Amino acid sequence: MAVNTDKNSYTVIFAAVMVVIVGSILAFLASALRPNIQENERFEKQQNILYAMGVNENGDDAGTVNFIPTDEVEAEFASYIKEQLVIEGGKTTADKEAYLIDLKKQLAAKKKGQPYKLPLFIGEKDNKKFYIIPMYGKGLWDAIWGFVALDDTMTVQGVYFDHKAETPGLGANIKMRYFMDDFSGETILNGTQYAGISVAKGNNDPLNKEKDDNEVDALAGATITGNGVSAMIKESVNLYKPYLETIRVK
Amino acid sequence: MALLSKKDTSLILDPLADNNPITIQVLGICSALAITAELKASLVMAVSVIFVLGVGNVVISLMRNIIPSKIRIIVQLIVVATLVIIVDQVLKAFAYELSKTLAVFVGLIITNCIIMGRFEAFALANGPWKSFLDGIGNALGYGVILLIVGFFRELLGSGTLFGIPVLGDPIAKTGLYATGYENNGFMIIPPAALIVVGIIIWVQRSRNPALVEEH
Repeated sequence: MAVNTDKNSYTVIFAAVMVVIVGSILAFLASALRPNIQENERFEKQQNILYAMGVNENGDDAGTVNFIPTDEVEAEFASYIKEQLVIEGGKTTADKEAYLIDLKKQLAAKKKGQPYKLPLFIGEKDNKKFYIIPMYGKGLWDAIWGFVALDDTMTVQGVYFDHKAETPGLGANIKMRYFMDDFSGETILNGTQYAGISVAKGNNDPLNKEKDDNEVDALAGATITGNGVSAMIKESVNLYKPYLETIRVK
Repeated sequence: MALLSKKDTSLILDPLADNNPITIQVLGICSALAITAELKASLVMAVSVIFVLGVGNVVISLMRNIIPSKIRIIVQLIVVATLVIIVDQVLKAFAYELSKTLAVFVGLIITNCIIMGRFEAFALANGPWKSFLDGIGNALGYGVILLIVGFFRELLGSGTLFGIPVLGDPIAKTGLYATGYENNGFMIIPPAALIVVGIIIWVQRSRNPALVEEH
């Protein structure tokens, strides 16, 4: 059977059929895989939060990032994270599923002037309390996000950063340990200001020996991603400032 | 009978050298610039493109007699995009870690001009088996250049290979760094890839004068 593939009617029918077929394949696939994908994303969030407070399987070699394995993370999360709080309009309530709150949506609501919720996690390890704040910001190409764990003197105990589409080898290195480890021990305070921590170029401190300068050494070739990280930290700590002021040891 | 005829073999081997998509046809330069700052990313990209181009070429080849010529480019785009999304979703569900590494490449694979170029130039006119070999061959040719560029950029720019330090520690000044050697920051920014690709083209053409176009 020879079909005249140049006819307009054939072209329209072909396009319509193709769209329906491709559409159904993708829709079917998406709904079939959704439960698995959502579970993976939930475990990842738990791993990230625990990572920031130092609960991970990192060796001492400052090499690779090693999370708690996915099959253990739920139990570990339950044992280390003592409280999950939701801050809404100045009121703080406990919520066991606060970690599932999508910060991106909440920040969008805030921008529109609508009510918004901020999740905060209190972890405890070796009788020490960690206040873990989620962060969300913009890198060079797309979103960046992360978690920062603070103690009650507003000193950073650990961070975790991740990104959607930063350049491999450059901006994507914000999730490397040599970058993230630098933040530990830095203070986010400058006097009584919540200054955050800047990713600074040429601060003459590549080994990051100065811990109270609110600066860490930048990544070469990733200026905009680095600026995004600085802005994200500053914005987030100021968002949580009212709560942090209540727990800060002055 | 051999599995591959002489012609079939040349479908795979030609794009590796004398008809390389990057250095001879100068296609796919955009992603060669974007992701070759480190070797691992180059490898991931190469494997992804081998898969997408191999399967995509077969799909397009099977459909070649029923695709309306007026909308063939859009049809090709849909085939690539669907393949890439399927792979991405399946990885997200069953190999989450790997999918995170690949996420950034998804957009780059869809827009890779080598893929559209092979669909248009080969798969639309040849049978599925030949198209498959052509797809694999061209993707390998692309991958080889990516790995070469990635090797030099990561070695000279960061002093590492696959993330493992090979020249010593640049901050503690051990190994080669003790002699005053410094990493070349220029190598990790995208323009350095153009220079490395340019040198590869130069070397290749001076070794094989038949490749030099007459003017």
